[in-house]
Amino acid sequence: QKNGVSNGTLYKKTFIEHFEQAPMYVAVLTFLGFGVGTVFGYLRDFMRAWGLEKRNIAAEREQQKDFVPLYQDFENFYTRNLYMRIRDNWNRPICSVPGPQFDLMERVTDDYNWTFRFTGRTIKNVINMGSYNYLGFAETDVNALKTVTIELEKYGTGICSTRQEMGTLDKHVELEKLVAKFLGVEDAMVFGMGFATNSMNIPALVGKGCLILSDELNHTSLVLGARLSGATIRIFKHNNMQNLEKLLRDAIIYGQPRSRRAWRKIIILVEGIYSMEGSIVRLPELVSLKKKYKAYLYLDEAHSIGAVGATGRGVVEYFGMSPDDVDVLMGTFTKSFGAAGGYIAGKKDLVDFLRTHSHSAVYATSMCPPVAEQIIRAMKCLMGLDGTTQG
Amino acid sequence: FFSQIDVHLELEERLAKFMRTEEAIIYSYGFATIASAIPAYSKRGDIVFVDEAACFAIQKGLQASRSNIKLFKHNDMADLERLLKEQETEDQKNPRKARVTRRFIVVEGLYINTGDVCPLPELIKLKYKYKVRIFLEESLSFGVLGEHGRGITEHFGINIDDIDLISANMENSLASIGGFCCGRSFIIDHQRLSGQGYCFSASLPPLLAAAAIEALNIMEDNPDIFQTLRAKCERIHKALQGISGLKVVGESFSPALHLQLEESSGSRENDVKLLKRVVDYCMNSGIALTQARYLEKEEKCLPPPSIRVVITVEQTEQELDKAASLLKEAAQSLLN
Repeated sequence: QKNGVSNGTLYKKTFIEHFEQAPMYVAVLTFLGFGVGTVFGYLRDFMRAWGLEKRNIAAEREQQKDFVPLYQDFENFYTRNLYMRIRDNWNRPICSVPGPQFDLMERVTDDYNWTFRFTGRTIKNVINMGSYNYLGFAETDVNALKTVTIELEKYGTGICSTRQEMGTLDKHVELEKLVAKFLGVEDAMVFGMGFATNSMNIPALVGKGCLILSDELNHTSLVLGARLSGATIRIFKHNNMQNLEKLLRDAIIYGQPRSRRAWRKIIILVEGIYSMEGSIVRLPELVSLKKKYKAYLYLDEAHSIGAVGATGRGVVEYFGMSPDDVDVLMGTFTKSFGAAGGYIAGKKDLVDFLRTHSHSAVYATSMCPPVAEQIIRAMKCLMGLDGTTQG
Repeated sequence: FFSQIDVHLELEERLAKFMRTEEAIIYSYGFATIASAIPAYSKRGDIVFVDEAACFAIQKGLQASRSNIKLFKHNDMADLERLLKEQETEDQKNPRKARVTRRFIVVEGLYINTGDVCPLPELIKLKYKYKVRIFLEESLSFGVLGEHGRGITEHFGINIDDIDLISANMENSLASIGGFCCGRSFIIDHQRLSGQGYCFSASLPPLLAAAAIEALNIMEDNPDIFQTLRAKCERIHKALQGISGLKVVGESFSPALHLQLEESSGSRENDVKLLKRVVDYCMNSGIALTQARYLEKEEKCLPPPSIRVVITVEQTEQELDKAASLLKEAAQSLLN
């Protein structure tokens, strides 16, 4: 079933994205605010050092006072003085499923945010505009979760083994086939955690002597995976295709920095939707650049899978392109599917390589069966395979 | 952001109370626990002394932290002391720099790669003598060692405050997914803002957090399962001695043992094939075993190929005896 019209041809609309520039006075006042906060921070540190004010944070043990200090003074400056003032806006625990409305635990502080105390009451029916529950699959409706409860009773929760040793269940095989069908690619492989999918597979795909071109605003997991791989990393300005083209040309002309040999692989790391800015990747131009310069494309669709595109297949469908254009399609199940975990999809050779060489397959536990069942159910609903038209 | 549910808070409190520390922090994936905890404290320019047989997750955590890594031979305290002394002489040459470089020792309670236990009392003495901090990784020993399952600190009777950070994953004994770090609030609180696997990733599904709480309940209510487990481990350890061609590697109370070939045939591939035949023979007769898997090119010190034998508390004694005799048969027919 399709909800809208999908483009069969190349995306012809012009790309319009609005980013409001902050007016000058706002920027100046923000910096002034930080400056005042810093000055007061130094003042308070001074008073604490001289004992004029109480030390509120936890301190080092008596026996270990002459060890090298664990945190340098300046590292914690920001945490101590600026973050503590506004800390009550973050990390608020909730006590129900993160649906459209949810319940918050009430939390008060007696000493200006140094410690929190839960009063035990809950604030009910708060409108939720902060959770990544794009398609509403994080629900507790008993009918909807029927299959998940069956799987829970059949398999339990723990796998206690890695993929290569004893951890591959028939549920994983079923899930991987379904993911491959959903995306329209040959094969897919699922992992237990979205963050770990990036940080453990990028080192398996690239190594020393390769070049990684990554966008300015890439997520920490991509940055960590790129650093762990040992390849050379170059950053191009956010969504700026001219900058990327210049970097590609330089890379091919000049080769590796000292030896001037050709790069073994050039891979471009981008995301479908960037979580910090809310912008979409310019996929058509990127694919044409990749084909021209023969680089590989790694697309991280953590936020866009399930949410973007006429039938929810992600940015590839939104732009009307075929999934064969992207070499490595990666995504997570946390946002649109209400579960946990990540996947990598693409050609069969790629996925077979990852099955043997990925760090996660050898050392990290596989996905737990009820979670896999939740993803299967959500995906079937999206593809219309369960007979309803909800998808 | 809005992903901390009251179940998570309850699990953190229960874990902190169970391990008798001040605070605990939960991660949603076992591998990411230690791989995010180490880079949160140890940065470029700090020095970490780590055992050779440390598991892959620790190696990745060290690689991400960009610190200077010094390997010492497995469980060899003399080697470690030598390295610490060398470091001390270096410090005296440059005292200003020494005052700001932090030093850590990273060890595991029960090593996954070799099945033996680290000599914790000596490590504590070295800690206070040379002023290094200890990070303990208890993935295999949590829920196994000690009278109440609290791990290696209870096994040796050491005050838990002496260890700076204990990290464990819940995927082994607690049969859930995820991991936790526990210790004093001074240390754990830092990870809430700077642990990459904590801040930048989704939290544990409430289903699995509730499963972990239930497992903790079972552990607290029946403390005699640890005795039973230890008895079964010793039984199988004894039963597997004397198999011709295979030697048992691991302590007698470790639930995960390795069976290595007594004489290797020279090439790793042939060893792996031979062990695979043993495993297939057992699999056809009703016992599921697996070879210990490693990424051959990525490990720093690759352990020799082996079969991993894992015991649970639910297996009956007949099953254990049957498994041991089957392994003896397999070894005799295939390895001689």
